[in-house]
Amino acid sequence: MVISYNFAFLALEVVINKFIFTLLFASVSIPTVFSSAALADEVNVYSGRQEALIKPLLDKFTARTGIEVNLVTGGSDALISRLQSEGDLSPADLIIMADAGRLVRANKLGLTQAITDAAILETVPQSFKADNNHWLALTKRARPIMYRKGEVSPDSISKLAELTNAEWKNQVCIRSSSNIYNQSMTASLILIQGEEATYEWASALVENFARSPKGGDRDQIKAVVAGECKLAVANTYYLGGMLSSADEETRSIAEQVGVIWPDQDGSGTHINISGAAITKYAQNTEQAQALLSFMLEAESQQWYAEVNHEYPLLEGVQWSKELQSFGTFKAQDIDFEKMGELNDEALRLMDRAGWR
Amino acid sequence: MNARFWLSTVVCIIAALVLMPLFIVGASVFSIDTNLWGHLLDTVFTEYVLNSLLLALGVGTGTIVIGTYLAYTMVNYAFWGKSLLTWLVLLPLAMPAYIIAYTYTGLLDFSGPVQSMLREAFGWERADYWFWDVRSLSGAIVMMILVLYPYVYILARSAFAEQSHSFNKVSQLAGYSRFEHVRRVSLPLARPAILTGASLAMMESLADYGTVAYFGVSTFSTGIFRTWFGMGSVQGAAQLSTVLCMFVLVLLVLEKHSRKDASRYQSRQAASVKPKQLSGIAGIGLFLLCLAPAVFGFIIPFIQLTAWSFKFAEVGDLGDFVSLIQNSLTLAALGALIIVVFATAVSYCKRLTQQSPSKVPIKSIEQALSLGYALPGIVIAVGVLIMAGWSDRQINLFTMAWFDYRPGLIISGGMTILIFAYAVRFISVALQNTETGFMRIPPKLDQAALSLSGSYRHLLSKIQLPLLSASLISALLLVFVDILKELPATLVLRPFNFNTLAVRAYELASDERLIDAALPAISIVLVGLLPVVLLTRQLNKAST
Repeated sequence: MVISYNFAFLALEVVINKFIFTLLFASVSIPTVFSSAALADEVNVYSGRQEALIKPLLDKFTARTGIEVNLVTGGSDALISRLQSEGDLSPADLIIMADAGRLVRANKLGLTQAITDAAILETVPQSFKADNNHWLALTKRARPIMYRKGEVSPDSISKLAELTNAEWKNQVCIRSSSNIYNQSMTASLILIQGEEATYEWASALVENFARSPKGGDRDQIKAVVAGECKLAVANTYYLGGMLSSADEETRSIAEQVGVIWPDQDGSGTHINISGAAITKYAQNTEQAQALLSFMLEAESQQWYAEVNHEYPLLEGVQWSKELQSFGTFKAQDIDFEKMGELNDEALRLMDRAGWR
Repeated sequence: MNARFWLSTVVCIIAALVLMPLFIVGASVFSIDTNLWGHLLDTVFTEYVLNSLLLALGVGTGTIVIGTYLAYTMVNYAFWGKSLLTWLVLLPLAMPAYIIAYTYTGLLDFSGPVQSMLREAFGWERADYWFWDVRSLSGAIVMMILVLYPYVYILARSAFAEQSHSFNKVSQLAGYSRFEHVRRVSLPLARPAILTGASLAMMESLADYGTVAYFGVSTFSTGIFRTWFGMGSVQGAAQLSTVLCMFVLVLLVLEKHSRKDASRYQSRQAASVKPKQLSGIAGIGLFLLCLAPAVFGFIIPFIQLTAWSFKFAEVGDLGDFVSLIQNSLTLAALGALIIVVFATAVSYCKRLTQQSPSKVPIKSIEQALSLGYALPGIVIAVGVLIMAGWSDRQINLFTMAWFDYRPGLIISGGMTILIFAYAVRFISVALQNTETGFMRIPPKLDQAALSLSGSYRHLLSKIQLPLLSASLISALLLVFVDILKELPATLVLRPFNFNTLAVRAYELASDERLIDAALPAISIVLVGLLPVVLLTRQLNKAST
């Protein structure tokens, strides 16, 4: 009896061991594939930008240079955590992030190294890269006010501060303060007008909300057209994306929307950036720099402008016709590094103001 | 006794590994940032607590009501269209909550077709009428009830099906009406199963991020994201997660407590309940009543997604679609298998220790293992990342010292870490099933079997596994579908150039490109249907 009793557990144990073994085997074999590939020409990218918004450009790069690009996309902060816990073993060479705050954070955490390629550094204007050259911007994104044409006169508001006027009571749509674009916008306001004034502004703005914040930027644009609110704050590339959507209904909604560039006589309209940094322990620094300089070429910048409707970093690159239709504007002249550092403070301020 | 010792040891080691990421998260409580917590308590903390509680309670109540009435009618009545219903009612399982949330928003929102039609038909303006705001706390509750009720239904159904017919006779002898029989006999007997299902649904609702974030409802999970991402405080986020864990512990204790006096075993020799034939209006009425959850939880969103997919098919390209499906299926199947085998080992180990006491605190281990289910996937991902990163560094130090060889990342960046994260997150689902399964096998059966052959191997293979088959199947089914739908952990832990359907659907949907997202979303649903169909068939076989 004792023998068969033992045998039963041995059998179970063998089964469990087999699984553990398969697991170990699988985990060992997968990295080997990567490490053998590391000898080849390749660059490993962690991207906070979605695959659809970046893969076509990376494919072009591979076709041109023969350098393979391996990609993982995900939430920017989650990827930063992954980079952090992988430490010096991390295979990542380049991180691409969708806003300034995350690049600043990666830099502060000591996860990046300086970009050394002189040509790259020369291409990027001074205010669009880190003082220590640890990150640089690839594109610009603007966050103006939007309205329904015919419903609201474009002259009726000219400043972000005027969103708090009594005239717009229950008429403003904007998404949650959990969203990074609102955090960055508030941080930029703190930089420009100080914390107290920004707090007053945020509290008054909450009073003017048409509804408790929900959905994304496209939702705010749709709400303006549906008549749920008169004004919305949203990034332009969402409107651009809707205008060039394959769906007719989406297009017809977007065509009813106009753009107001606030603060043209003052500090300028809020902008943010998407950008990239080379990781501290990058194995393929050269390839990573090659990719960076490729992304800063006029043609790539044009691709961004055409497909993603983001504003190119370089002067003289043609905008998409959607972007052209929104008109030109004066942008905030902001220190992105300081703005990134103020992110925490901005969020706390919005918490206090009751901006959910 | 030696062999049992080994089984317990293996179980303990794996359990320790699986629990490690939770400990890493929990360890954060030792360094409290008073400034941050002062801020949280002053501003948003109350709202997190209140909304999370309401959400969990709402989802719990809703799934209990729907799951139980469905299970009861399906077992106790025969009516027109019932065989169709056995399939239909399970389909919402394949629908991720965030996807159903997107589709209903598209339909019911202010700018959606329903409200636009109403406004046009009656010439209303925005202020002229009231319409239920789907993007609200109540909306989130309804969305989650619609996709989570099958958890209760599956478990309650096997519980009702196993109730012996003799109970009905006894009730009749006691002069109970049918209603009284349900209230006093059937429901109390099925209570452990119902509560288990409901607690799974509640934990899932607490862990949900996609739906509440889109609806703008502040709960613990959105709070964790805000604190971590917005304020850059991993510590604060981990501490909030720990508070969330406390919620779940309370939930688990309540659930176990309700089972405490519920060691009712049923002998399967007695004939099962014979369903009562209903015809005419009553039959059709019951059919419609049972159809409703499937209509709202599956059919309407499915039609909407199909319509969107067709729109997309005119313009989009399919690209790497086959590899997406392959990746999703492989990952889910492998994960489900490994997790269920481990869960069975834990439950079996627990059963053996119950029969002859041992020093292994298997009960506490089992309860602790359940915690992972209620944490947002991203929190688990971070715990797993930290642990894997540390192990990888140790391995590299070791190989450098002995072989002067640096293998790089061993555990991180491969499939192992993904499956490990799934194990942390979903072991609870499997455990709940294996445990209720073992609970329903009377211990005297073990004793009888052992006295006949004395072999634990025979006991497991000839008696327990066959009796467990229904539970094992539902465990496999639930874990498979859960992995298929899982998002945040998959997103951040996956290897290079590795995409799944959920990743693709989410990336597009989070950018509000619903039409582009519809195809991958509907594929998750369709791929999720395969096991649902396959396993419902066996479930039907096993429970009849």
